[in-house]
Amino acid sequence: MSPLPTYASQNAEAGLRAALLLNRPEIIAEVRASGLKGRGGAGFPTGVKWNFAAAAQADRKFVVCNADEGEPGTFKDRVILQEYADLVFEGMTIAGKAIGAREGILFLRGEYAYLRGHLEEVLARRRAAHLLGADILASSLAFDIRIFMGAGAYICGEETALIEALEGFRGEPRNRPPFPVNTGFLDQPTIVNNVETLAWVSCILGNGAPWFRRHGTDQSTGRKIFSVSGDCARPGVYELPLGLTVAQLLKEVGGEDAKAAQIGGASGQCVPAKDFGRTIAFEDIPTGGSVIVFGPRRDMLDILHNFLEFFVDESCGQCTPCRLGNPKLLEGLEMLRKGTCSMAYLKELCSLGESMQVASKCGLGQSSPSAFLSVVEHFRDEIMGRIPMQV
Amino acid sequence: MLMTERERMVAEITALAGRLGRNRTSLLPILLEVKRKYHTIGSYAMQVIADQLEIHPVEVNSVASFYAFLGDRPQGRFVIRLCRTISCDMAGKSRVMRQLENDLGISFGQTTPDGKFTLEWANCMGMCDQGPALLVNDRIHTHVTPEKVHEILEECRRIFGVHAAEAKEVVFR
Repeated sequence: MSPLPTYASQNAEAGLRAALLLNRPEIIAEVRASGLKGRGGAGFPTGVKWNFAAAAQADRKFVVCNADEGEPGTFKDRVILQEYADLVFEGMTIAGKAIGAREGILFLRGEYAYLRGHLEEVLARRRAAHLLGADILASSLAFDIRIFMGAGAYICGEETALIEALEGFRGEPRNRPPFPVNTGFLDQPTIVNNVETLAWVSCILGNGAPWFRRHGTDQSTGRKIFSVSGDCARPGVYELPLGLTVAQLLKEVGGEDAKAAQIGGASGQCVPAKDFGRTIAFEDIPTGGSVIVFGPRRDMLDILHNFLEFFVDESCGQCTPCRLGNPKLLEGLEMLRKGTCSMAYLKELCSLGESMQVASKCGLGQSSPSAFLSVVEHFRDEIMGRIPMQV
Repeated sequence: MLMTERERMVAEITALAGRLGRNRTSLLPILLEVKRKYHTIGSYAMQVIADQLEIHPVEVNSVASFYAFLGDRPQGRFVIRLCRTISCDMAGKSRVMRQLENDLGISFGQTTPDGKFTLEWANCMGMCDQGPALLVNDRIHTHVTPEKVHEILEECRRIFGVHAAEAKEVVFR
């Protein structure tokens, strides 16, 4: 489709071929040396995760690719799966060798069911080319991948909830520890990596860790795929180095006049224009790649309302802070919209949000108040003392 | 041999469980397939699935009710899921919603009396740069405008007409 020569077309399977010549610790050492951190947003070092799973003793281990891309404003994984599925499957195969797994599962969200046909074709082609199956490229490596369809639940992007779904249960996150690297799918050691992370693994093994480290910062190495949407001239998917400022990114996408940008999706933070000099990196503003641009005329309360409705709907309901906290914040937001919220009550809501951040069981409830808290902090003047529109 | 619809469903679910494996990990794939085929997961189907996987039917219900794409509420032949999350919202999803409701004469969460269409909300479906977006079953439509709604519905009706004719042929043969 793209006329440009791409990594995938020029260096097909370079990563896998390189990995086949290395032993397991050497592959993990290469991934560790690259400093690659989880591209889903949590930013856990990939090499460290692999090392835990490799060290675990078990007959069966699993490599799971998390394609349950549900964070509002994120669509990079869809594009990667559409155009560079080979890189992802190659990365899963490399991961399989690194941790000693023979089985890979791609957890594809139900909303992306239309990608399945294409992905099955790619898998069939790879099997025919001996890139999957027994004796991959005449080595002793055996690895195969199957696709598992999700059924419409944002929470399944959380790795333990995803494993629950794979096992045929409600997608409710588990207590951790034990971590999936020891007790994952079917209680066996399992690594769950984001689509983009696995694609990068192929590139890192093919080009070497120093190549990857050429971009980014010390703590956030490499480049990152961004999904940009909202009020900007050129929405779409961008590959940019980590450590760039919000202003640089907005210039790239044609959103310079934005009054705020939501970095990291609904569970990320709302960055006001005065902070556009901050950097997008795990040490400053972390992100799974979602950037939503808000133009000068957007009402911050409308945006928050949308986010909170999302969280109320997607909370799995298992733990109290998240199940009850999100509707309470939404209720407070409606008061703000009607102009009936006192400053004292707003402070109560903020302290509720802070409690949710520490008391919720998983990332959903821990991060759902972030947008609320950052809007209250930065746009207090805009949201207080509203006079409701007369209909 | 005359087969009742129930008997046919039992045979199908049994075959499905045989193919996917009679263990708990097959539960979601089985439920998705039953929903796709019958547009509902009724209590009888849940009982059959439970028998096949040797679990309690309540377990099946508990899982089915958790996921947005499952659930026991009957749905139409075409399930239209309009994305309501922020980027599609800012791109004008409310007007598309309005037109869908006007053209079908139902509200979101409802199914047309002829069983053809169901309107559902979806949370972010990863088409944020091309909103408003909606799914018709597994098919994605992007940059949807109120004007395009009619076209999308007409296309569904054409497909439905073809299917209905095929079904009749089978019956008469």
